[in-house]
Amino acid sequence: MNLTGTAAVAAQVGLVTAGAPWLAGLMRQVRARLEGRAGPGIGQPWRDLRKQLRKQPVTATGTGPAFRTAPLVLVATALVVTALVPLASTRTPVSGHADLIVVVALLALGTVALALAGLDTGTAFGGMGASREMTVAALVEPTLLMSVFALSIPAGSTNLADIVSGAVHDPGRLATPTGLLAAVALLAVTVAETGRLPVDNPSTHLELTMIHEAMVLEYSGPDLALIELGAQLRLTVLLGLLAALFTPWGITTGTGWAALALALVLLAAKVALLGSVLAAAEVFLAKIRLFRVPELLAGASELAIARAGFAAGLGWAVTVALVLVLVAFAALTGRSARMLLGPPPEPATPVRFGASVWLPLLAGLLACAALGITTAPLADLLAAAASIGGH
Amino acid sequence: MPSTRVDLDPGELPDHAARLLDDGHRLALVAAHHDDPGTIRVVYLFVQGPPDTRTELHVRLDARTPAVPTLARLSFPAGRFEREMRDLHGIVPLDHPLPHRLVRHPHWPRGWYPMRPDAGPPPEFGTPEGPFPFLTVEGPGVYEIPVGPVHAGLIEPGHFRFSVVGETILKLKARLWYVHKGIEKLFEGREPAQALALTERISGDTAVGHALAYCLAVEDATGVQVPLRARRARALLLELERVHNHVTDLGALCNDVGHGILNAHAWRIRERLLRLNHTVTGHRLLRGGVVLGGANLRALPEHAELAAVRADIRDLVDLALGHPTVRDRFTGTAILSAQAAHDLGCLGYVARASGLPTDARHAHPFHDLGDLLTTRVLDTGDVLARFRIRALEADDSLTLIDHLTTELPTGPRVADPAPPPHPTRRSGVGITEGWRGTITTRIELAPDGLLSRVKIADPSFFNWPALPIALADTIVPDFPLTNKSFNLSYAGNDL
Repeated sequence: MNLTGTAAVAAQVGLVTAGAPWLAGLMRQVRARLEGRAGPGIGQPWRDLRKQLRKQPVTATGTGPAFRTAPLVLVATALVVTALVPLASTRTPVSGHADLIVVVALLALGTVALALAGLDTGTAFGGMGASREMTVAALVEPTLLMSVFALSIPAGSTNLADIVSGAVHDPGRLATPTGLLAAVALLAVTVAETGRLPVDNPSTHLELTMIHEAMVLEYSGPDLALIELGAQLRLTVLLGLLAALFTPWGITTGTGWAALALALVLLAAKVALLGSVLAAAEVFLAKIRLFRVPELLAGASELAIARAGFAAGLGWAVTVALVLVLVAFAALTGRSARMLLGPPPEPATPVRFGASVWLPLLAGLLACAALGITTAPLADLLAAAASIGGH
Repeated sequence: MPSTRVDLDPGELPDHAARLLDDGHRLALVAAHHDDPGTIRVVYLFVQGPPDTRTELHVRLDARTPAVPTLARLSFPAGRFEREMRDLHGIVPLDHPLPHRLVRHPHWPRGWYPMRPDAGPPPEFGTPEGPFPFLTVEGPGVYEIPVGPVHAGLIEPGHFRFSVVGETILKLKARLWYVHKGIEKLFEGREPAQALALTERISGDTAVGHALAYCLAVEDATGVQVPLRARRARALLLELERVHNHVTDLGALCNDVGHGILNAHAWRIRERLLRLNHTVTGHRLLRGGVVLGGANLRALPEHAELAAVRADIRDLVDLALGHPTVRDRFTGTAILSAQAAHDLGCLGYVARASGLPTDARHAHPFHDLGDLLTTRVLDTGDVLARFRIRALEADDSLTLIDHLTTELPTGPRVADPAPPPHPTRRSGVGITEGWRGTITTRIELAPDGLLSRVKIADPSFFNWPALPIALADTIVPDFPLTNKSFNLSYAGNDL
């Protein structure tokens, strides 16, 4: 038990809780200024929370425990995640439990609690929002878990403190394709998980387009304050996690007080910067059609798979696979472009189905069959994942 | 513009109407008049143009059992006008295929018809007239989403009932008519000049369109000739109104796909235009610009200002259409086919985005704009077409404003000629192309020169039924975008 570790957890939870509404305010203010509007100032979310907390709690008739407990579950899971993740120090009393899979599961618990609350209200909007949120979550979770495995392979553990301290001592890991792909995939997941553009529009008033907001339409007063605080906490902690995983500099691995103080200041600076960049990027984005969300997240998922391949030491195989995909795609584009856009062919030039056509076709099919039976490159990856799972 | 008047027995009506419709006329409005306690006179106004042709069919009914043969099978708008007339006047359309209530609020007392002379002041709400049944769509996985009439944002009230499978809309029923204000009743017994302010408030964003249609109707009834200068000033005001509304919509459409920065810029351009409106008429929404017999301008727009606004709008449109996500969201969303638009009698940019070249500036001109007037038509009928048509029309309007400014003397205070003491015809029709589409107003004057009846047909009345048609097979999250691309008026629809 070390005193600085305990202090680090307490300070981290305090800083994130107090700072989360300010981060939301900062992001809105950045957006407002970039759009040429004055904006309400970065203190507005705190003022909103204060206003809502003073109001009388109102519960919609016919709602059950799911509706009443969801705000508490959402905030509680977010606070536990805040305490667990090594945002300021990797040596805390809870760092032994700071498992990435636990963090993912806690976040999912909050999401599910909200979706159940949306269903519990029995309104069309609650059900619609819950259905959409679960659709997005079903796409987010695999990507998130795939990223977890890929990040764990170089560290040899799914423990966040180990991953971060490993990166602090060996920053070279971050400059690899693995690091870059992981950063992009996790960023896409963060955007989807926290309901931001281009997946969801947090500032819309159009109830039919909402995802996250549709689930919480029935909340008011203190419950709404908790929901909003919970959402802000999740955004802050996810951005903090991104910063910790990919720019771990400043996170203390020792027990010094000065280092801890510096780590907290750097944490605030990094999250504020990341939030501002995200808000600035949102200015240039528009919300994609709901049915395009799977495409976006499937892209993130593919990035995660490629990254896992690199991380497992199969960089050559992934490179070859990516090159082959590129070649196939280029060939496909060339062929179909000629077919679709080129001049019509001279009449009656029959295609000969000779050896030059069926030989590659047969070889390809055989290769696919062989891969399917032996799963040669995959076997190593699966074995690595299994060994991590078993510690 | 004089119109042909034909007096008919109720039985002759369907044949006459069918002949006019076959001839290419469209039904512009239907108005009922309580001339004396014993009779109700129903006027069907059919119009066609160019050349500007107006034909009125007058049918006299017995006030004790008023009933007309329905024209709903000949023309969809006729069926809607008949339902409106039944709800407000108690005139029964015989054998109507869709006899639900339209305008009637469910809490109005049974047998109370607000437009009848003996209706009296609005009564207390009574017991509901029974449920308003929505067609239930059945099948595995079909569910209903009721939305409104109270919405989350600053939108007018309307109840929408979606029947959906997953996210795909199978059927949408819009239940409007929550904002009945009795405007047509308010006109009765007023001096024509006094009622002008009321017309500017029918639909707040269409002050010039409605005021001009009304003034044209009064001038038609009283035989007033409007001087050329005033006609030019009126054309200028009409285009100023079109530009500022179109710019607002261009921004709002971007905002509805989450691209807020272009909305912020659209509001900046709109503010610039509203200030321009203020210098031109003394009112940001152009109220007070059109007056009976003339127009009233305080100043003229400057060419440099117009050119700057035009460049701004072009930038905005290029940025919106150059953004892949915005373009993707607009393209192919909520297509209204030309056939559907024609059958429903759509007007304005909704019709022109679906390939119908309707434009009252061309068909029923009050001022000859010559070659300057171009009626833009696009044929894809999706949200993209309704976005682009607004962009094209805003540009064209600026060209027209620029040209009209050069024709007008600087600082004109256009005189209002006093109306002649004895109205010549006692009824008149005004048709203008407001920014939303063709507005038709028909007035009748009592022998003492006061208004006895004013009937207004806003383009939204014709276009609302097109929204559910366009939305079939669209996904629910695209509804707000589609609704904005139509941008129909609730207030102008429900007078």
